[in-house]
Amino acid sequence: MNPIVEIQNLTKHYWKGDQIVPVLTDINLVIQEGDFLALMGPSGSGKSTLLNLIAGLDRPTSGVLRVGGVNIAELPESSLTDWRSVHVGFIFQFYNLMPVLTAFENVELPLLLTGLSRRERRDHVNLVLELVGLTDRMDHYPSQLSGGQQQRVAIARALVVDPTLIVADEPTGDLDRISAEDVLNLMEHLNLNLGKTIIMVTHDQRAAAKAHSIRRLDKGVLTDDPSGAD
Amino acid sequence: MKIPFSYSWKSLWARKATSVLTAAGMALVVYVFATALMLTEGLEQTLVATGSEDNVILIRQGAETEVQSSIEREQAAIIESGPEIAYAPNGTKLASKEVLVLMTLPKRGSDKPSNVTIRGLSEKGLMLRAQVHLIEGRMFRPGSSEIIAGKKIAENFKGAGVGETIRFGMRNWTVVGVMDAGNTGFSSEIWGDAEQLMQAFRRTAYSAVVAKLADVSLLESFRSRIETDPRMKVDAKRETVFYAEQSEMMANFLKILGMTLSVIFSLGAIIGAVITMYGAVASRTREIGTLRALGFQRSGILSAFLFESSLLGLIGGLVGVALASGMQFLTVSTLNWQTFSELAFTFTLTPAITFQSLAFSLLMGLVGGLLPAFRAARMDLIEALRSV
Amino acid sequence: MLIFLRLTFRNLFRHKLRTGLTALGIVIAIVAFVLLRTVVDAWYAGAEATAANRLITRNAISLVFPLPISYANRIRQVDGVTGLSYSNWFGGVYIDERNFFPNFAVEPKTYLELYPELILPETEKAAFIKDRKGAIAGRKLADTYGWKIGDVIPLRGTIYAGNWSFVLRGIYRGAEKKTDETLFLFHWDNLNETLKKTDVSRADRVGVYVIRIDRAERAAEISEAVDRLFENSLAETLTETEEAFQLGFVAMTEAILIAIKIVSFVVIVIIMAVMANTMAMSVRERLREYATLKAVGFGSHYLLGLIMGESLVLSISSGILGILAAFPASNFLVTMFGTLFPAVDVSTQTIELSLIASCLIGLAAAVFPAWRVITLPVSEGLRSIG
Repeated sequence: MNPIVEIQNLTKHYWKGDQIVPVLTDINLVIQEGDFLALMGPSGSGKSTLLNLIAGLDRPTSGVLRVGGVNIAELPESSLTDWRSVHVGFIFQFYNLMPVLTAFENVELPLLLTGLSRRERRDHVNLVLELVGLTDRMDHYPSQLSGGQQQRVAIARALVVDPTLIVADEPTGDLDRISAEDVLNLMEHLNLNLGKTIIMVTHDQRAAAKAHSIRRLDKGVLTDDPSGAD
Repeated sequence: MKIPFSYSWKSLWARKATSVLTAAGMALVVYVFATALMLTEGLEQTLVATGSEDNVILIRQGAETEVQSSIEREQAAIIESGPEIAYAPNGTKLASKEVLVLMTLPKRGSDKPSNVTIRGLSEKGLMLRAQVHLIEGRMFRPGSSEIIAGKKIAENFKGAGVGETIRFGMRNWTVVGVMDAGNTGFSSEIWGDAEQLMQAFRRTAYSAVVAKLADVSLLESFRSRIETDPRMKVDAKRETVFYAEQSEMMANFLKILGMTLSVIFSLGAIIGAVITMYGAVASRTREIGTLRALGFQRSGILSAFLFESSLLGLIGGLVGVALASGMQFLTVSTLNWQTFSELAFTFTLTPAITFQSLAFSLLMGLVGGLLPAFRAARMDLIEALRSV
Repeated sequence: MLIFLRLTFRNLFRHKLRTGLTALGIVIAIVAFVLLRTVVDAWYAGAEATAANRLITRNAISLVFPLPISYANRIRQVDGVTGLSYSNWFGGVYIDERNFFPNFAVEPKTYLELYPELILPETEKAAFIKDRKGAIAGRKLADTYGWKIGDVIPLRGTIYAGNWSFVLRGIYRGAEKKTDETLFLFHWDNLNETLKKTDVSRADRVGVYVIRIDRAERAAEISEAVDRLFENSLAETLTETEEAFQLGFVAMTEAILIAIKIVSFVVIVIIMAVMANTMAMSVRERLREYATLKAVGFGSHYLLGLIMGESLVLSISSGILGILAAFPASNFLVTMFGTLFPAVDVSTQTIELSLIASCLIGLAAAVFPAWRVITLPVSEGLRSIG
């Protein structure tokens, strides 16, 4: 078993004036390679914050946070940015595609941070677009795609750098039942057949059902023991 | 580490109305800027081109223009006999004794008056101005009441075309030819026989002496000798330098006026760019957050937005220069208040002016986009992602 | 109705930075507009400070040619002429070419009679007339160079060669704001006596004659009478009203003035583009709100009023600020120009035009956004994201 994410005594709080607002308190968590984890909990439970910390979007107040063997809590900002570009793929609730770029160009975006040549980039993009089944729409703009299609483009973008892990924040939050189903199936496929580690924050029970394991958060604390398969 | 250029210009294109309006504002400012520079350039080119490097002109000491000056006949003869003066082909000295007066003439169409320079000269004078040639009619006959008009005078003033007459000094003077002296000041003059004109204007003294030096290097020695000659009080100058100085005041005034206006106007255009770019940053907050999440550095975001606003500046600049280049078809006809006489010149576009205008425009875009770009780069990632 | 005013003001303050920047832009534009027009007005100011019952007689060829002093008596005989004086433009340089001010050799007693707007204390006037080497200067001129009565003022002659000096015997002030207080006047006899010794051919010559007539309506008639006297002589004359004479100068540099006037309108167009941009952005962000208003039942004229109102409130209030700021700005301009222009004053017409321009800016900026909002279907508007 290969742990991808190791979290020890992780705490995150904000300052409001001179009052401390705790968001996450003493989190301990291990996520193995190839896991598909769903983080659930009521609004304000801190699940999105935890996801952001793991993805390197934010820094913990204290604790150990190792992703892929690297203690990212200690990385300076620009190094963290670089680390993100290689190790993390993002799927957002509102897709967050660049409206002025085509599907192809949106997926290509993270590759511009690498040293790949134009042809190499093109090959990678074509590969992932085929994976998500949108090769025939690669020259369309987001406004010309349905919600489900846009999310699939976002998934392709998340995949294109072959990241260490994929984080998804409410990926089906803005989709209808059928599109949501499509997207979830795709994510399941990525996990089962391509071995991608996925960490997902969600409200949606159907989405959670696709995951291997579910952890619940309430008021910044993990409220249950690890369940499901390892 | 680079955000693609296509992202920047496509973002501009996506917000067409706002981009067009901002670029339009900058275009107008550049238009004013370029036009002012073109005006000054046209003026300077006209007066610098007037005269020749190896001609020297002498006027009375203290006088600032030929019109204010007077040189007695004896003094003119002394000047002419100087050893530094070159010989004409026929063996006589190549010196022209000239008389200059100003005459108020009405302009064609508007009838508004302006002062036109009338220069009385001789064949020697024509020899000394090789850059002048007739484009219509013929040269005036010595000893007659015939005159020729510079191209700009013939076009703009009543009675100054071939076959027309002007009355002064109780005589009718017929225009028998039109001369083209290119962009020089001579194109705004009327020429006639010196002796005849002196009679008509009851002048006994000349205004100036123009002569060609046997060798260009003799200027300094000629000048020190003649300026200390006790029989006369004259200033000697290289002809080109003399005429260049005559436009200095006006050229400076126009340049300062033009630049001051451009800078003030540019503030308006820069404000437009600032508003636009702040708006762009505000409406693309989530995009910016996403780019940062994907791994683009803050510096990349900064560059992308600076590039966008500079591009707006560049587009505005190109349009502005294109508009300004259309001004080259216009002729400015005005009074040079240093000489108190009419001067016509055109707007002249040079590559240097084009370059300066585009640089100015790029600068406007950069300055306008600076603060918004910093805001974009300094955004908190999480907050940006959360925004609607 | 009050709700709409409140709505308008609140909307303006939603984006303080954007509103503030737009206001700043308009203020700058209006200040520039006012200054440019004021410079043009200053150029014409000479023509305004004229009297309808004064005529100027000059040589018909051009100002560069003089008139014989013998003409004086003959002009005095012309019916309708109640006063005569004469002056020569001296064109002297005070230390440096940049210190420009008009200086004339005049017949002192008659000149001051014909120009009653130059006000001098009697003692100074008497001292000036008595001292042939004396001179008087306008208050603005004296202030600029710190001259005091009794100072010796040197001038370097350009038309009349040599170094000349005069004793300042009086400082006059102008009767009205528009009177030129930058003139330097000395004795014509001083000039003439010197010329008789150094340059006899130029002695006994006058630059212009100034004539006072009994009734202004007779100007044309008397001008012709004077010119007829000298028709076909060696020095033919051209007599015209003082106003026409001054305007003649202005006409010669008209091209520059027209250019400046055009540029003053260009700045308004520039700021129109800027404000149109602001309004377009603001309206686009609030499409959902306008759609909601429509859904609730507010018709097109309410929406038009809202958008136009917001635009006009901003442009007019900024315009007024600009007009107010233009006054100290034009005073600064006056100090910069020194004695180049006799009077620099912001005219009422300029203020009126500025207000009109402010309204136009606001209207033009709101036209397209308002049209867009009015024609947008409600459902589409409700769906839009800011």
